[in-house]
Amino acid sequence: MLPAAQIDESFFSDRSGSDCISENGAFCAGWALDNLDRYLGPALEHIVLVLVSVGAGFAIALALALLSHRRRWLVPPLTVTTGILYTIPSLAFFFLLLPITGRGNVTAVIALTAYTLQILYRNIVTGLANVPAETKDAGRGMGMSQRQLLWRVELPLAMPEIIAGLRIATVSTVALATLAVFAGAGGLGSELISGSNITFRTGVILAGGLAILIAISFDLLLVGTQRLLAPWRRVRPV
Amino acid sequence: MSEPLLLADLFGSFANAFDFITSPQPSAFAGGEVGGPEQVLSKLAEHVKVSAVALTASLVVALPLGIYLGHRGKGEGAAIAVGNAGRAIPELALIAFLVAFIGVGFLNVTIALAVLGVPPILTNAFVGINQVDRTTVEAAKGMGMTGAEVVRRIEIPLAIPTIMSGVRAAAIAIIATATIAPLAGLETLGDFIINRNVFGDEGVLAGAILVAGLAIAVELLLAGLQRLLTPRGIRVQRLAAATA
Repeated sequence: MLPAAQIDESFFSDRSGSDCISENGAFCAGWALDNLDRYLGPALEHIVLVLVSVGAGFAIALALALLSHRRRWLVPPLTVTTGILYTIPSLAFFFLLLPITGRGNVTAVIALTAYTLQILYRNIVTGLANVPAETKDAGRGMGMSQRQLLWRVELPLAMPEIIAGLRIATVSTVALATLAVFAGAGGLGSELISGSNITFRTGVILAGGLAILIAISFDLLLVGTQRLLAPWRRVRPV
Repeated sequence: MSEPLLLADLFGSFANAFDFITSPQPSAFAGGEVGGPEQVLSKLAEHVKVSAVALTASLVVALPLGIYLGHRGKGEGAAIAVGNAGRAIPELALIAFLVAFIGVGFLNVTIALAVLGVPPILTNAFVGINQVDRTTVEAAKGMGMTGAEVVRRIEIPLAIPTIMSGVRAAAIAIIATATIAPLAGLETLGDFIINRNVFGDEGVLAGAILVAGLAIAVELLLAGLQRLLTPRGIRVQRLAAATA
C-alpha cells in the first residue's frame, strides 16, 4: 500500500505558469499532465481491490448457486442472507469489521465481496433456472451424467445471465471502492480524501474520471467476454 | 494472542458502542460529552430526512418518465443506458464534486443523492412496464380500456415487483451515500463514522451499527410495502414459480 500523499508546496503549482491552480479552476490540464503519475498508484490499487473482491464474490456465489441448484429449498434463505449483506452500506461494513480485521485491504475486500454476492448469486441462479427443460432432457437423452449436464449444457446456456451479473457487480464495485480509503485500503478515494482535499477541483475531476474510466473498461471487457463465450445470445443487464 | 482474549476485546468494543448510543460519554479527544440518545436521534433524523427528500425527488422525476417510456415502448436504449451509467458514478467522487463545484448544504446534498436514485428507478420502471405481456394489454384494450386505464389497472400492478426492486435499490444507494454527507456539511449518522477525532472508536462503531440498522430497517419496510402493493394473483404465481 502506498503512503498517503504528502502535500508540499510544489503540489499546487503547474509548469504552464497560468493562475489556474491558485484560482482552483474547473480543470487545470497543465497540472493534470504534470501530476498524472500521482494517480497511477491509487488507480492500480483500485483495480486490484475490484478484481480481488469481484473474483472472491464470484467464487463464493458460484459455489452457493451450484449448492442450491439441486436443493431448491436453499434458494430463499441464501437470497435473504446475501440480500442483507448487500443492504449494509459499505462504509458501515468497513467499520463493523474494524474490531475484527483491523484497518487495511482485508477489511475493504471482505465488505466489497459481501456486497457483490447478492447480485452474482441471483444472476447465476436465474441463469441456471432459465435453461429450458427440453434442452436438459436432450442432454440426458444423450447419456450425460448430472455433472456433464451442468458443465456442458446448463452453465454455458446460463452464461449471458452470469456475465450480466458480473457486469453489474464489477461496475458497482469500482464505484464503491472509492470508499475503501476509509478502511485504510487506498484506491482512488485516497486522492479525494487524503491526497489533497475535496475542494480541489482538478483533483476531483481526475480521481472521479479515472474511476469512471476503470468502470467502463471493465464493462467493455466483460461485454467482449460474453460475445466470445456466448455468441448465440445477447442479454442486457437489468 | 489467545482466542478468548480476542473475543473479549471484540465483545468490549461492541459493548462500548452500545453504551455510546444509550448514554453520553466523555470525549477522549475534543472535551465535553459525545453520544447519547439525544445526539443519536438528531443525526438519525437528519439522515432520514435527507434520504427521504432525495428518494421522493428521484421518484417524482424517474417514475412517471420510466412508466411513460415503458408504456410507449420508446427510448429503450436510453432507459437502459441511464441505469448502467448510474451504477458507474463513484459515490465519494459525487460528494467531492458537489463540495468542489456546487457547494455544501442540505439542498445540494439532496440533489446529489437524488441523482443516484434516478437510474435504478427509471430503468426498472421502464423494464417492468415494457415487459408486460402484449397479449394482456391487447385483451385490456379489447375490453374497452383507454391508454391511461391500461397503465393504471394492468401495466403498473403487473410491474410492481420490478418497479419496487428499483425503488429499493435507489433507497439503499441513497442511505449509503448519505453516510458520507458530513463531508458536505450535513450531520447525518455518518458524522460518528467520519469524525473519529470527535467521537472516538466507540462512536465510529456506534455509527456503523446505526447506519447498517437503518439500511436494513428501510429495506424490510420497502419489502413489506412491495408485498402490500403486489396483486395477490401475481404473488401466488411467483411463489409457485419459486418452489417449482
